[in-house]
Amino acid sequence: MTAPLSPAGLYGPQAYLQAQTKWHPLEIAFWLATLLPFFLFPTYLSLASQIAITALFALSLDLILGYAGIVSLGHAAFFGLGAYTAGIISVHGWGDPLLGLVAAGLVAGSLGYATSFIIAHFRHLALLMITMGLGLLLHEVANKASWLTGGSDGLQGVNITPLLGYFRFDLYGYTGYAYSLAVLFFAFLFARRLVHSPFGLSLRGIRENPLRMPAIGAANAAHIRKIYTISAIIAGIAGAVLTQTTSTVALGVLDFQRSADILVILILGGTGRLYGGLVGAFIFMVARDQFSGINPQLWYFWIGLLLVAVVMLLPNGVLGGLAKLTASFRGRTS
Amino acid sequence: MLPPVFGVLFDGLAYGMLLFLLSVGLSVTLGMMNFVNLAHCAFAMLGGYVTATLVNAMGWPFLLTLPAAFLAAAAAAVILERTLYRRLYKAAELDQVLLTIGIAFMSVATAAYVFGTLQQPIQTPSFLRGSISFLGLHLGAYRLFLVLTGFLIAALLIVALEYTRFGARVRAAVDNQRMAAGLGINVEAAFAITFALGCGLAGLGGALAIEIVGLDHTFALAYLVYVLIVVSVGGLGSIGGSLAAAALLGVSDMFGKYYFPELGAFLIYLVMIAILIWRPAGLFGRR
Repeated sequence: MTAPLSPAGLYGPQAYLQAQTKWHPLEIAFWLATLLPFFLFPTYLSLASQIAITALFALSLDLILGYAGIVSLGHAAFFGLGAYTAGIISVHGWGDPLLGLVAAGLVAGSLGYATSFIIAHFRHLALLMITMGLGLLLHEVANKASWLTGGSDGLQGVNITPLLGYFRFDLYGYTGYAYSLAVLFFAFLFARRLVHSPFGLSLRGIRENPLRMPAIGAANAAHIRKIYTISAIIAGIAGAVLTQTTSTVALGVLDFQRSADILVILILGGTGRLYGGLVGAFIFMVARDQFSGINPQLWYFWIGLLLVAVVMLLPNGVLGGLAKLTASFRGRTS
Repeated sequence: MLPPVFGVLFDGLAYGMLLFLLSVGLSVTLGMMNFVNLAHCAFAMLGGYVTATLVNAMGWPFLLTLPAAFLAAAAAAVILERTLYRRLYKAAELDQVLLTIGIAFMSVATAAYVFGTLQQPIQTPSFLRGSISFLGLHLGAYRLFLVLTGFLIAALLIVALEYTRFGARVRAAVDNQRMAAGLGINVEAAFAITFALGCGLAGLGGALAIEIVGLDHTFALAYLVYVLIVVSVGGLGSIGGSLAAAALLGVSDMFGKYYFPELGAFLIYLVMIAILIWRPAGLFGRR
């Protein structure tokens, strides 16, 4: 792309994109706050690493749902595939965590690329059904192929070697949280760079008006294929991190429930903002940790109620509501 | 004498009729208002619990509880439609998905809280138990009853939609909502009635399903997948399509379970994806 002239850097596409990529002080504060659990809540480090993993998974869904407008009811397929890949290669002696991440990303990305050819052609109900069908299909495959995956008993003998040959994944979760936070941070940097690029802008164009974009020369299907594959890779990496920090893989990683939960988390936080999934994951996981101690039966009642309330009252999620609040506040003061 | 394969075929057909009853309401409402109602099976579950409670706790005869199951689900549907669903008819499908999946979650938790997590067995009348011999096949009496009920309801629905004034209004609203409204048809009322009818049928299906697939608190989500498969494969708003897709799904599921148990549900999902890729609007869909 050639950049048009932007006098004094005040306007023009490049100036716009550059302004978008500037780090807001709140963002820096947010990432510094993610380090707090090490000092303030050292007993909750395993929960914190669960939150980081969920946030990473939500981030991957945000890329396709929030930016390209692809609703998926089967995103757990990629998460689960990554989790199983990392688990299975560790059973066969390749237990290095970083190797596991690469393998999980490759395998999940390949499936994402293969299915993206289908995804790019559908919208609405057919898309919901196809993504859900693919998710269920993979769950059934993992269930039936018990010689490879251990079936409903879960995978036996996951053996993760120490990170970089030195840091062991212990029960206290220091390594686990540091590792999942680092993976989340690097994936976030990548996603942030991506959505503020011209490619990210054209994705938003596709979300807003899929008919107009081809008319101005955008290759819709190719863009969707690309972002769907990237999202699958990140989801696969999230799954791998879960396997590596907990040393277990069970069929639950591929459940429809997981696909539904991650959608709930992202909607709760707010789509199309990158931080939405992170905030949503924090609220959801902390609430689940607190509520399930009291009454696990009723947990889904509150989630359901929350969903109804979010759709009816906060259509843009928590972050959308906050943005609206601050906007109206600013409007009043100025 | 007929070979046993016909017995499997018959069982599959009975199962298919059950799926038809569960899904036909969703097919019509989805086709009509483009409203993705993932809570559809929650209404079926409600019907199931109404029947189970009336039979087990109050001693009602099974057949009498079926209209009660229909009415209870229809009444719940009207209340929800007027309070929540109506506001989202024009919203994006994602919002509809989230709202209705939220309702489905709530129904699952409520059922677990009120009725516990155990299966709810019911006592069917003696003439529906046992089996009938026909050309050397032992046909379950209850399954025969299901097939007959399914065909009866399909016939009633087709007559009601094709040959009555109300049916003409509904079809007009399905085809072109704005034009129908412009011609003085009260689209909202037509939709509210259709929605109640569809959910009532789901309630009836849920009540009839107890004997075949059982009833517990996960029903609202466990059968959602099958119902969505029937609806999307059959084509939105097509009663004949739903009937055909439900029969196809029921028979192929039964065949899979008898002859290829190692494949599990794999085959069904694969066939669904293939059909949707081939015809995104379903086998009998018009759009």
